[in-house]
Amino acid sequence: MKYINSFKLQFVGRSSNEGFSRSAVAAFLAQLDPTVEELSDIKTAVSEAVTNAIVHGYGNKLGIVYINAYVFANRKIAIDVKDKGKGIEDIQRAMTPLFTTSPESERSGLGFTVMEAFMDKLRVRSKTGKGTVVHMVKTLKAKE
Amino acid sequence: MEMKYEQRTRALTVTLPAEIDHHSARPIREEADMWIAKLRPETVVLDFSGVKFMDSSGIGLILGRYNKVAPIGGRVIVECADRRTLQLLRLAGVQKLVEIKSAAQV
Repeated sequence: MKYINSFKLQFVGRSSNEGFSRSAVAAFLAQLDPTVEELSDIKTAVSEAVTNAIVHGYGNKLGIVYINAYVFANRKIAIDVKDKGKGIEDIQRAMTPLFTTSPESERSGLGFTVMEAFMDKLRVRSKTGKGTVVHMVKTLKAKE
Repeated sequence: MEMKYEQRTRALTVTLPAEIDHHSARPIREEADMWIAKLRPETVVLDFSGVKFMDSSGIGLILGRYNKVAPIGGRVIVECADRRTLQLLRLAGVQKLVEIKSAAQV
């Protein structure tokens, strides 16, 4: 489907950019006049995906995190969060609630669970040594 | 973030900042743990009244403090969590381990 609007953002994967990146996506989507609830859902899901890219994709190295956001007809939006980090060996296991490879930094293992709960659709593509793309879709409520 | 300790009830209250994510969780965790180690409080109250944004890092923060104080007989209370925060906490099953008080109950 052809999008009617889009934006791209790339930034250095420093944790200090987590707040900036989710706020940027929220600011872009403000033109659709989403509800506070919808905006919260999207910001939380983006925050989880970006944190995964920084913590797991790049680990101790600094890399670039890419966000592509799209607006389609009928208030449907899609957000891709991409990194060129180490990739996920076993996606199914990574998506299991409470599974974490970083218990020492208190990652709860709920990132994908939260993305799934707050967005309509979640798809994860990853290749070991190449990176990961998290694709999320949500349709906003119709305006009265 | 603000820390307050009440000697009489041995309660340490941690007032959380507006945004809790992976970036902001680290200094909160470090400071809270320093106080927990020093004071060995009976109760750790995590005050969410000023929290405007939280992702799953907040869950790690709550469960991490629970794991610190539970072995020394302490408990954790989550206070003033809004509807959204509660939704996240339930997703993680946090209510099975810590007491959750809404703003009306405080």
